[in-house]
Amino acid sequence: MDKQRLVLLKNVSKEFDGVEVLSNINLYIRKNEFLTLLGPSGCGKTTLLRLLGGFETPTSGDILFDGKSIVNTPPYRRQLNTVFQRYALFPHLNVFDNVAFGLKIKKLPKEEIRQKVEEKLKLVGLAGYGKRTTDTLSGGQQQRVAIARALVNEPELLLLDEPLGALDLKFRKEMQLELKRMQKQLGITFVYVTHDQEEALSMSDTIAVIDNGRIQQIGTPEMIYNEPVNSFVADFIGESNIIYGIMKEDYVAHFSGKDFRCLDRGYNDNEPVVVVVRPEDIKLVPPTDNTINGVVTSIVFMGVHYEIRLKDDNGFEWLIQSIDSAEVGSRMGIYLDPDDIHIMDRSQYDTAESLEITQ
Amino acid sequence: MNKKKAFAVPYIVWMIIFTVVPLFLILFYAFIHRTDSGSLVFTTEYIKSALSGSSMSVLILSLEYALITTVICLVLAYPAALFLWQLKSRIGSIVNLLFMLPMWMNFLLRTYAWRALLDANVPINQFLQWLGLPAMQLLYTEGAVIFGLVYNFLPFMLLPIYTAFTKIDRSYIQAAEDLGANKWQTLTHVILPLTKPGIITGITMVFMPAVTSFVISRLLGGSQTMMFDDLLENQFMLLKDWNTGSALAVIMMVLMLISMALVRKTDDDSMPGGGI
Repeated sequence: MDKQRLVLLKNVSKEFDGVEVLSNINLYIRKNEFLTLLGPSGCGKTTLLRLLGGFETPTSGDILFDGKSIVNTPPYRRQLNTVFQRYALFPHLNVFDNVAFGLKIKKLPKEEIRQKVEEKLKLVGLAGYGKRTTDTLSGGQQQRVAIARALVNEPELLLLDEPLGALDLKFRKEMQLELKRMQKQLGITFVYVTHDQEEALSMSDTIAVIDNGRIQQIGTPEMIYNEPVNSFVADFIGESNIIYGIMKEDYVAHFSGKDFRCLDRGYNDNEPVVVVVRPEDIKLVPPTDNTINGVVTSIVFMGVHYEIRLKDDNGFEWLIQSIDSAEVGSRMGIYLDPDDIHIMDRSQYDTAESLEITQ
Repeated sequence: MNKKKAFAVPYIVWMIIFTVVPLFLILFYAFIHRTDSGSLVFTTEYIKSALSGSSMSVLILSLEYALITTVICLVLAYPAALFLWQLKSRIGSIVNLLFMLPMWMNFLLRTYAWRALLDANVPINQFLQWLGLPAMQLLYTEGAVIFGLVYNFLPFMLLPIYTAFTKIDRSYIQAAEDLGANKWQTLTHVILPLTKPGIITGITMVFMPAVTSFVISRLLGGSQTMMFDDLLENQFMLLKDWNTGSALAVIMMVLMLISMALVRKTDDDSMPGGGI
């Protein structure tokens, strides 16, 4: 087996009271990888993390850590640490003692504990905060203490359960960069749970998109963004226009009442498919016979670009991101290059809510 | 603001009439001697006589009983609270209710009931005989008094500790396990410190009233065991010596204040974050 694989999940399923929360998860986590479990709330991503942490046991399947099964290993004997969603800092201990907790349990010499704790407090930018009680800290500072408390144990694997969820936007961006820096600097494997796709895209080496207890797609951020395997992933990662269509023949898709050249092949002729178009790929042009034509219904200035909604003649509302503005009420056309059109199989995960506009 | 203050007036009047005034009366009787000519002089004679050997031994006995009672209550209540806390919340509250149910009855009634149960010819001794053991003198023993005290005060230990348990966020337990603490270390390093405020409250609620309880000792201990409050009552009711009686009361109050202060101090030391 590949030595670089630190954790391996084999056919892992988890049920709560007969309801399947995770089904047949197969996943490996490489050493020093930053893996993000991304999905909407209730998709099973936190359960997956808790399985790794040892707070839940799988209903079936096996979890290997360094090649050995850890399914029956209690949390305190696993070589990993967790940064909890709401930090779970011990209220009866000050900052120093919170961070020192794991080392004191291991009965390390006092001086060594002091050194390690101070080093980690410095790493998270809280040098000199040791004597403070946890309730005098801001949310961001508590977050850092929780990270220091986990990292001080020098785990091989760090689990982070939506650690930035409670922070405000600006601070969240800062912490994203810092977490990434720490991960690189310390060479620790991170498994990071979030529902924030932007966070996932900017931090991860690998993203596993999870929905309905299944891994929908796993790959690098670029792969996930550029080549979503189904419309759920496309919709969840970034904004998308998702519309039903059919593949007339190889390289020709039909949707919105027109034929378009695309890069996809291998479908049956006239097979129903889902068409995904990213809003930033759409070019807004004066209407012609080769464009999808409609009326601009709204324009919102977003800073870098305008967000334009256009209702086409079939009644589908397109989302368009453009650096050029347009007039509300004016008639415009949508021009699509072949590589702007992503064709996907229809499946149970389709989120296309558009009218069935095929023939 | 003034309107709100008005709400406190009935309580303040109550406090003055039934707490503050009697307190000053006790201090007055304990320290002021009325001479034959009718003039009032300050004296420490009553305190001195109250501190005499016989009454001190009674006081020490009372403290001893109260201490033993508190320790037994703590030893029984803490594991029980831990157990209750680990039950599913619905079952937990039902079991908790069962623990609390006896408290809804007057404690005098319950103590009388125990008097009957511990009596020489009734159930417990019959059971012992049925087992082939010799009949024992159960009533009117030290054991009976301590048993009665524990029985009556146990809920006052259990309730605050259980309340402290219910306030523990389960994520602290998971965090401790995650950081390498096994069940025992989690108990000693996290659960115990977090429930300490409950323990402190429990001790205060058991020890103080146990020192001053007197009906239990009289009903279950008979004349063998005289506790401090029996002594107090005798001074006032039997000997009509209000001065020495008040002096005894003052001594007891001072002891109470000292033990309260000690308990509070350990509480402050251990809880920099303010506890519950």
